[in-house]
Amino acid sequence: MSVSQKVVLRYPPSLTEKPVVYELVKKYNIMFNILKARFSADDKEGLLVLELSGTNTSLKKGFDYLHKLGVKTELLSQDIVRNENKCVHCGVCSAVCPTNAFYVKSPEMYVTLEMARCIGCEECLKVCPYNAIEISFDIK
Amino acid sequence: MSKTIEEINEKIKQGKAVVFTAEEIIDVVKKEGIKTAAKKVDVVTTGTFGPMCSSGAFLNLGHTKPRMRISKAWLNDVEVFCGIAAVDLYIGATQITQNDSANSLHPGSFQYGGGHLIEDLVAGKRIKVKALSYGTQEYPRKELTGSFTINDINDAFLFNPRNCYQNYNVAVNTSKEKLYTYLGVLKPDMGNANYCSAGQLSPLLNDPDFRTIGIGTRIFLGGGIGYVVWPGTQHNPGGLRNEKGVPRSGAGTLAVLGDLKQMKPQWLRGTSVLGYGVSLTVGIGIPIPIIDEDIFRQTCITDADILAPIVDYALDYPELSGRILAEIDYASLKSGVIKIGRKKIPTFPISSYVKAREIAQSLKSWIEHGKFFLTHPSAALPGKDSGVKFKRFGGKYR
Ligand code: SF4
Ligand code: SF4
Repeated sequence: MSVSQKVVLRYPPSLTEKPVVYELVKKYNIMFNILKARFSADDKEGLLVLELSGTNTSLKKGFDYLHKLGVKTELLSQDIVRNENKCVHCGVCSAVCPTNAFYVKSPEMYVTLEMARCIGCEECLKVCPYNAIEISFDIK
Repeated sequence: MSKTIEEINEKIKQGKAVVFTAEEIIDVVKKEGIKTAAKKVDVVTTGTFGPMCSSGAFLNLGHTKPRMRISKAWLNDVEVFCGIAAVDLYIGATQITQNDSANSLHPGSFQYGGGHLIEDLVAGKRIKVKALSYGTQEYPRKELTGSFTINDINDAFLFNPRNCYQNYNVAVNTSKEKLYTYLGVLKPDMGNANYCSAGQLSPLLNDPDFRTIGIGTRIFLGGGIGYVVWPGTQHNPGGLRNEKGVPRSGAGTLAVLGDLKQMKPQWLRGTSVLGYGVSLTVGIGIPIPIIDEDIFRQTCITDADILAPIVDYALDYPELSGRILAEIDYASLKSGVIKIGRKKIPTFPISSYVKAREIAQSLKSWIEHGKFFLTHPSAALPGKDSGVKFKRFGGKYR
């Protein structure tokens, strides 16, 4: 089964010339999507945010390979966030949320978000009529 | 006990008016009883905040140099109606942008449209305009490309032909497929029931016979002041009512109007409904003057007293069959789960009760602070005995 994981790579300038990502594809059969690429102004460190997909084993091998090279990796978690300024407490999201993470508190009728129950399926994001649900990437 | 609107306005002027929201009044009556409370209360305020598709705004852009009789125009890529005088336009809330792929990849997400355009305009954002004309001798200009904000133009007023439904359907889906409707996502096999009314806070449910709400009534509209100007389209006052005289289905509607320049974007929200389209969510609040005990009694209505019809949006709604599956009261709907036959169904709101409450509170505070005075209607809305009825398409199909 293929899984995908968003990851931040930080690597020393000595590695910037190396085709690190290319090796990941070739050796470990990992697909990638570049989400962000940056070099710090003083050239001390390169930063790359990738979405990697492959099997669990290939991803693990790929990470081992990166670590051996001296690349630091951090996994990104994807959290939905509700923009309180835009939310009108309508309840449309609660109707599609499979885990009741979004639910309507009766009788006051405030729409509440219980993050602990959220599985990140993004169903709520698709239906919110007021564009009040966003995705934030946090470093785990 | 009876009071005139003039007496109530005098008390408002002196800062002495006693005002409660239609939600608060329920507890007041529980504690003090109808008779005592009726004597003391001057105004009960109501509110509603939900998508109201039959909404829009008239604009007058001001004349260009040289003059132009606009025959086609787009504001932020949303086509607007130009079949009126030179630089007058009408923005329709449900108009989608020109290149929206709509439902070609179902369900479409409908990111922007007339409703969003109205919200942006009210928020003071700069609006792109593109307009064309065939040109006439006195209106020679044929093209206009530019931008403006609401402060640059002569007029902008909201004119919504049908808002503020007295009551509304509860939607379920008896089919095997998920449905994307204007009442939200409906799961197969009646997996959920969605409803859309402020219930006990809803304006026309607190004056079900239109005794105080009529043509000319001053209201809270989109965060500013507006007026009821006509019965709304599809006004259907003769529908079934319960023993308390409360309509058991859609029933009455209102056409409302107000100056957009004094409204607030937080109360006029562009709305993207997955698989359906765009709309405008409108905040409306109507004050009910307590002119006698009868009208007071009606404002004391509770969610448990109001029935709504449960309609199958897989079959009966699209086919206009008129069949309803069952009736259910709003107290049950708001509890989060109802029963149809033996089946337990989770319920979800589409309109915001929280915002409806905020609107009723704002209106209450305006009145308490002498910033809002009550009006006599200049004409009555057609009532339950008027014979006015909602018709199906009565013309010919070919
Ligand atoms: S659908 Fe959007 S606006 Fe409505 S309650 Fe959920 S987050 Fe808030
Ligand atoms: S992402 Fe999924 S689980 Fe999380 S709140 Fe939204 S709908 Fe519920």
